[in-house]
Amino acid sequence: MGGYHGPDQHHAAPKHGRALRLGIGGPVGSGKTALTAALCRVLKDELRLAVVTNDIYTTEDADFLRRNAVLADDRILAVRTGCCPHTAIRDDISANLDAVEELEHRFEDLELVIVESGGDNLTATFSQGLVDRQIFVLDVSGGDKVPRKGGPGVTSSDLLVINKTDLAPMVGADLGVMDRDSAKVREGRPVVFSSVREEPEVPKIADWVRGLVHEFQHH
Amino acid sequence: MNAHLLMLSDSRLPAGGHAHSGGLEPAVTAGAVKTVPDLAGFLAGRLWTTGLVTAAIAAAACHHAPGGSGWELLDAEADARTPSPAQRTASRAQGRALLRAARRTWPDPLLDGLGRLPHQPVVLGAVTRLVGGSVLDAAGIAAYQSVGGPASAAVRLLGLDPLGVQRALADLAGDIDDVAREAAACAAGDWSALPCVSAPALDLWAEEHLRADLRLFES
Repeated sequence: MGGYHGPDQHHAAPKHGRALRLGIGGPVGSGKTALTAALCRVLKDELRLAVVTNDIYTTEDADFLRRNAVLADDRILAVRTGCCPHTAIRDDISANLDAVEELEHRFEDLELVIVESGGDNLTATFSQGLVDRQIFVLDVSGGDKVPRKGGPGVTSSDLLVINKTDLAPMVGADLGVMDRDSAKVREGRPVVFSSVREEPEVPKIADWVRGLVHEFQHH
Repeated sequence: MNAHLLMLSDSRLPAGGHAHSGGLEPAVTAGAVKTVPDLAGFLAGRLWTTGLVTAAIAAAACHHAPGGSGWELLDAEADARTPSPAQRTASRAQGRALLRAARRTWPDPLLDGLGRLPHQPVVLGAVTRLVGGSVLDAAGIAAYQSVGGPASAAVRLLGLDPLGVQRALADLAGDIDDVAREAAACAAGDWSALPCVSAPALDLWAEEHLRADLRLFES
């Protein structure tokens, strides 16, 4: 990690002329799809957006988004990853790039494309060739030691979301420990505690995304 | 074999292949492949049908590449030898991904004439020529990929012993070389005389695969 204190290794200069590409990754069951659906619900009337989903069970995530986010069918594309969710977002991003470009081709004025990864483990991270910024989603029920374990998602994602805080008392997770351990490895990069179920408007995360899109378009 | 050809033939080249099983996943769903011996039979059948046709198209593309135009006819010959629309889509998706990878890795005006969605063996043949390979190299890489991809998919999908699968591939090595030689021998001839053997079960499974509730691979 050394003395690097920048936002992360993703490029400083925004690329104009296309939508901001935002990756949402994290372990199985942490709430990636619920967060994606929540962001679509909250942002769809103010931003022109589309979603690429990499869920291993084919169209299940896409169907979930259609039901829960009221996003039109043609704004959601599902990519299959051949049993390797991390390969599709990191080592060989061609199918995801094809999907993103297809959506940009369909809707020329897109402002935000969310790429939701398939559920993976702590070692997953998005390629800089695929997304401009990435959110990593953990949940408290995996145990409060997870942030301490680190991994590229925990340490260098642009936003770390620790979800399902409503479950913390039930699973004996200490949010203070998770906060302290995350801060230690993230060198100032932001962490948001959330409960998508209790607060479906996800205000802090939505604000963060709004800021990203604004920065991408104007700087 | 020069180092460029080793890169081109390496499954780590990010060209989308990892998400395609070459019909192995629907064959598994149908109960036709459960063990390494089953897989060996599947691979031999695929090699001498789809593999031979694909290798011949790659060899023809390699021979034709210096001309740099007139790809439409070879594209149509590939279509005519691929009765399943699902397989055509899969071939073009992988062709597009390989073209994307080749443009960044070995940029050359020769690649511009291939179109937006070329068949995979057409791109493979052209790139083989571009990096100094022969028609036999193009046919050999195509023939090997026609079994190497499904073999890797079987390891991931069925949890087959990877060393057992490598042994099955090694047992096929002589056949792969024979297919490559037969395909290369057609490279300079009339395209209408290219091999046109078919594998009806693979065609049908490819179509059924699109209707499956659960699919981990694109094809």
